Amino acid sequence: MGEEVVVFDVWVNPYSRRVETAMRLKGVPYRYIEEDLGNKSPLLLKYNPIHEKVPVLVHNGNPIAESLVILEYIDETRPQGFPILPRDPYERATARFWSKFIDDKCMPAITQACWDEGEASDKAVEEATELLMFLENELKEKRFFGGERIGMVDIAANIVGFWLGTIEEVTGVELMTRDKFPKLSNWSIEFVRSNVIKENLPPREGVISYLRKKRLTR
Amino acid sequence: MADDQVILLDYWVSVFGMRVRIALAEKEIKYESREEDLLGNKSDLLLKMNPIYKKIPVLIHNGKPVCESLIIVQYIDEIWNDRSPLLPSEPYQRAQARFWADFVDKKVAPRGVLWKKGEEQEAAKNELVETFKILEGELGDKPYFGGETFGFVDISLVTFSCWFHAFEMFGKFSMKAEFPKITEWAKRCMQRESVAKSLQDPKKVDEFVVEYRKKSLGLE
Repeated sequence: MGEEVVVFDVWVNPYSRRVETAMRLKGVPYRYIEEDLGNKSPLLLKYNPIHEKVPVLVHNGNPIAESLVILEYIDETRPQGFPILPRDPYERATARFWSKFIDDKCMPAITQACWDEGEASDKAVEEATELLMFLENELKEKRFFGGERIGMVDIAANIVGFWLGTIEEVTGVELMTRDKFPKLSNWSIEFVRSNVIKENLPPREGVISYLRKKRLTR
Repeated sequence: MADDQVILLDYWVSVFGMRVRIALAEKEIKYESREEDLLGNKSDLLLKMNPIYKKIPVLIHNGKPVCESLIIVQYIDEIWNDRSPLLPSEPYQRAQARFWADFVDKKVAPRGVLWKKGEEQEAAKNELVETFKILEGELGDKPYFGGETFGFVDISLVTFSCWFHAFEMFGKFSMKAEFPKITEWAKRCMQRESVAKSLQDPKKVDEFVVEYRKKSLGLE
């Protein structure tokens, strides 16, 4: 990769952390710019005019948005480093499928299950449970979704591995219980303990107090 | 490669199925197409090959399923990498291609202008028009979204061109008047055999939309 790499980020945002994790796995130095989403910087708006969101990776002045797109870019520009996607085309398609599943289905369901109230929440809890069960079954006997080492799907599942626990603690909604999800529960422990991941997670208490404040303003 | 068995589970009017048809045609891959009865009974094969979403398209390559149209197109590009590249070779261009294809999925695909009514339909129509404005700008004066050659982003969007008339009917706007570049681009793409033979007749799409609105959504 080389030269100048900047990551526009928000400390508490799991999507941003995906990008930072990938950069660290590849050993690529980068400059980190913290964004205030309530007051977006002109640079962010210039680099991501379509969605106006983080994360954005800017490589030698060229911006890339959408965390999963950025992960693939990082992997392709540093092919000799730690592999984020598998090399085999069928396994790559599978990794893309599960990463997209996490973003398109799991995230919205978890959000609804934990933050909505009453009947809407009950139905969402049912849906989220069903979706998490797909992930539980996909893990099979593997240590990580990527096999022996973490890969794109593990990085994408950071929401499940770390953030879900904090959301559950703040809202009191229990989604990923050990008795229902023994494999996912074990995986999340391995995930937060694994080298690059653990150095790159935001402080748990910080996230919890951020979410508590957010809950009050909803 | 000669012994490859390729099956596509498809649905005649699906924009997503059409994307895969185009990709297979661009690569000149022989395959067996199986039409699913999506509004009636989904086949056991579909439920087995795509248990998560139970949707088409599903590409079954030598017995192994690949789901989600854009993922399938990338898979086709990576397996049959000896001809007609669908994605650019340069990583930054590839990232841009993936970004824009994802944009089409997020902003064009939902087609709320067709499936909703009243205020929701109006809001969906406004969002669709804004989306096409962005795409019109992104296309600019290039022959294709990727530049000189037909590629991933074109495939992701061109399948909607046979739905443009339906958008116009229900959104009450003119694609040609408001988005002349996209209109020209769609015509240009239709000159490719892979596109011409993969897309559905717009009249049949219109009929489908009217029928679906009535029967499945209870809308006039």
